Amino acid sequence: MGLQIIKPDTHIDFIGFKRKAFMISAILILLGLCSLVIKGGPKYGIDFAGGIVVQVKFDKFVEVKEVKNALKGTELPGLVVQSFGHADDNEILIRTSTSTVTSQDIRERINSEFKTNLKGTQFEIQRLEMVGPKVGADLRTKAIEALYFAVLLIAIYISGRFEKRWFAAAIMAGGLFGGISVLELAGMSTSVLIFAALIITVGLCWYLKLNYALGAIVALIHDVLITVGIFSLMGKEFDLTIIAALLTIIGYSLNDTIIVFDRIRENIHGKVGKTFADTINISINQTLSRTILTSGTTLLVVIALFVLGGGVIHDFALALLIGVGVGTYSSIFVASPILLGVGASKTDEDIAEADAA
Amino acid sequence: MNGSLRWRIALTLLVIVLGGLYLLPTMPAVQNSAMARFLPNDKISLGLDLKGGIHLTLGVDMDKAMDNTLSRLGDDLRAVAREEGMIVLQPHVLAGEKIEAVLLKKEQREKLESLVKKDFNNLSVVSTVVKPDGKVTYIFAPTSEFKKYLTKLTMDQAIKTIRNRIDQFGVAEPDIRKQQGNRIQIQLPGMQDPERAIKIIGKTAHLEFKLVDDTADIEKAAKGIVAPGREVTVIRHRLPDGSYIEKPIVLKKEAMLTGEFINDAQTRFDQFNKPYVTLSFNNRGARIFERITGENIKKRMAIVLDGKVYSAPTIQDRISGGKASITGSYSTDEAHDLAIVLRAGSLPAPVNILEQRTVGPSLGQESIDKGITAAVVGSILVLIFMLVYYSFAGLVADVVLVLNVILILAGLAAFGATLTLPGIAGIILTIGMAVDANVIIFERIREELRRGLTAKAAIVEGYSRATLTILDANITTVIAAIILYQFGTGPIRGFAVTLTLGILTSMFTAIFVTRIMFDLYTSKRAADAPLSI
Repeated sequence: MGLQIIKPDTHIDFIGFKRKAFMISAILILLGLCSLVIKGGPKYGIDFAGGIVVQVKFDKFVEVKEVKNALKGTELPGLVVQSFGHADDNEILIRTSTSTVTSQDIRERINSEFKTNLKGTQFEIQRLEMVGPKVGADLRTKAIEALYFAVLLIAIYISGRFEKRWFAAAIMAGGLFGGISVLELAGMSTSVLIFAALIITVGLCWYLKLNYALGAIVALIHDVLITVGIFSLMGKEFDLTIIAALLTIIGYSLNDTIIVFDRIRENIHGKVGKTFADTINISINQTLSRTILTSGTTLLVVIALFVLGGGVIHDFALALLIGVGVGTYSSIFVASPILLGVGASKTDEDIAEADAA
Repeated sequence: MNGSLRWRIALTLLVIVLGGLYLLPTMPAVQNSAMARFLPNDKISLGLDLKGGIHLTLGVDMDKAMDNTLSRLGDDLRAVAREEGMIVLQPHVLAGEKIEAVLLKKEQREKLESLVKKDFNNLSVVSTVVKPDGKVTYIFAPTSEFKKYLTKLTMDQAIKTIRNRIDQFGVAEPDIRKQQGNRIQIQLPGMQDPERAIKIIGKTAHLEFKLVDDTADIEKAAKGIVAPGREVTVIRHRLPDGSYIEKPIVLKKEAMLTGEFINDAQTRFDQFNKPYVTLSFNNRGARIFERITGENIKKRMAIVLDGKVYSAPTIQDRISGGKASITGSYSTDEAHDLAIVLRAGSLPAPVNILEQRTVGPSLGQESIDKGITAAVVGSILVLIFMLVYYSFAGLVADVVLVLNVILILAGLAAFGATLTLPGIAGIILTIGMAVDANVIIFERIREELRRGLTAKAAIVEGYSRATLTILDANITTVIAAIILYQFGTGPIRGFAVTLTLGILTSMFTAIFVTRIMFDLYTSKRAADAPLSI
């Protein structure tokens, strides 16, 4: 037999840890939300805010300050200069909030300012992206729609799959869709909409006693909130690739949660554990080595991507890194305690009673 | 070996061979060898972020297209009415997609209205006001069907024109497609000179021939004061150092002839090696050109492209045969590009660049190199870890992991999907997540072994209990990936495709292929022999 990290007879009282876990989660979420409120919402990259970004590679190291000074003459509004990728790549990113200047004009201005102010340094414009305000707004709406549909479909799938109550799942879908349509007609902003979507989903899960779905979705919201919060605390920008990372995190976090939930259901049927809390604890412990191994291998490759993948993919890898970590934590410390709080679903009790009879 | 196992091995081998067939054409060494002839043609195509090139989103100015059409309809209406003996004053296009036309005699109201109903059924009458002096002011608006039709027509024509221009520019594999909201998406892989491409694509190329009003006061005109029916614009002069100066010039508003009658345009050089562009008109254009040159000898005629005067030569004589030349002052490239846009026809409406992403070829190569390095390092770490942790079973997982990567790449080639930088990230992520299914199965087998089952029984039990869990867990990721595909663009779609493909192949390899290897391993051993897991 190969190695073992988690001994088979491990019995950690995860459920007993739930108060501390909730405190940790609450603090992390609050920190993130505070940062978002103080900074006036997420910091959008050009995909969402519109503007121009230019990536320049120098043949030797140039200080960001020097570049900033060299570009003073360009008179571009909202000019931001930052180093990009790894230090030895000598790459910088220049951002401006305008998208009315033509790309040719930007190229010319940067070329001429660098030629006069940074003599003896060779440079190459590697990438230039311009997103107009209209497209930016569209991409923002699309991203939010994507998150909304992801939550919706996943909620339906889990409630249908675990509770065998596709009808209740359909009611929830209808309720969510109806609620959002009404708010949309009322002209609510997209951030209000997404917030409303989440509250409606959680509320409906609660009301319809879709307990597994409730646990999974709260864990999912938890993961996304914390990842977004940490990104905001770090001053990172949100763009399309971060949305892709968030959706991947959603998928991954659920993957973890479902494996624990699957085991809980199996153990309820097999009448393992004296109480529901006991059953949950046993289930988490039984799947613990799997959880740690999979998260471990995934983190291994994401770290490889983060360290070696290059500047363009850097923030994407960072989001995945945070998300995979938080997702693993939440499937143990958030999803299961919530399931305990609301109780096993009705069908489980029915099965248990039928078996007992 | 039992029948079921034999059948499963055959299927696996078939998949491996197919995977290899689709993967091989992408290898550079294979591409130029004799083998290439026997292989499928599908290669993994690289996205713009890896290959370098330009991504553009253009917005077609539909308001302007509508204004142009209404203005033309108004002119037509006036001309047709005149033929029928009615006098309609020059119609005006009003804001909000309306035209105003004034009929001089109110007695002709019925006649005009029946004419509109018969010949201009694209227009509907919004209001009629009879003035005390007997004039009737009509406001017309286009019907909603006509608006829909015009939108489609304008978009199709714009795409056709842009495609013509790009074809003449010689870009390999351009991708031009219509998008929602009057938008056109253009991808030009490998394009080195983005500015020139944008200029060619974005030029409306609305060519007009207009008479110059040399009697006008240029100084007043420069301040914007011009007589009715006149307009002030600029004429460019190229200086020897390549820069331009622009001087004001006054033109008669009405165009004598427009670019729609052009058959062909070519670049030529005069005796001083200065480039110029020759035009040839079609029959109808040639007749009009002959008439207007004949009527305006010794007057200057301006050649106006998108509102800018290129040249304003004096007409020496009646020009027949339908040939003309534009001898403005421009560089060879400019002359060449001008010929391209004239030959490809004019855009039906101006286009605005809404989004532009340009990636240089060096950055693309760098991204590929870094992505591959990250993938190789990440996979080696995972391979070593699995081998150490699960010994024999780890080796099984490693074999299928390699097979998994091969199948993802082959799948990308077979489905004609595009590999993007986030797509590479998707493969790397899949490598990390692919072992998940194996880990779930192996951990379950270990549990069953601990419960005292024999190796064979533990394997059967482990697979049967783990399979449903694996399916459940992966479906959520597939849901997320499908949504990404639906809502994402370009690179994000690439990520969604590789992620989905990766999940499917990893389920196949982790559940199906590893089982074969375990069955083969245990079939030759005693039932109670220990399992290395």
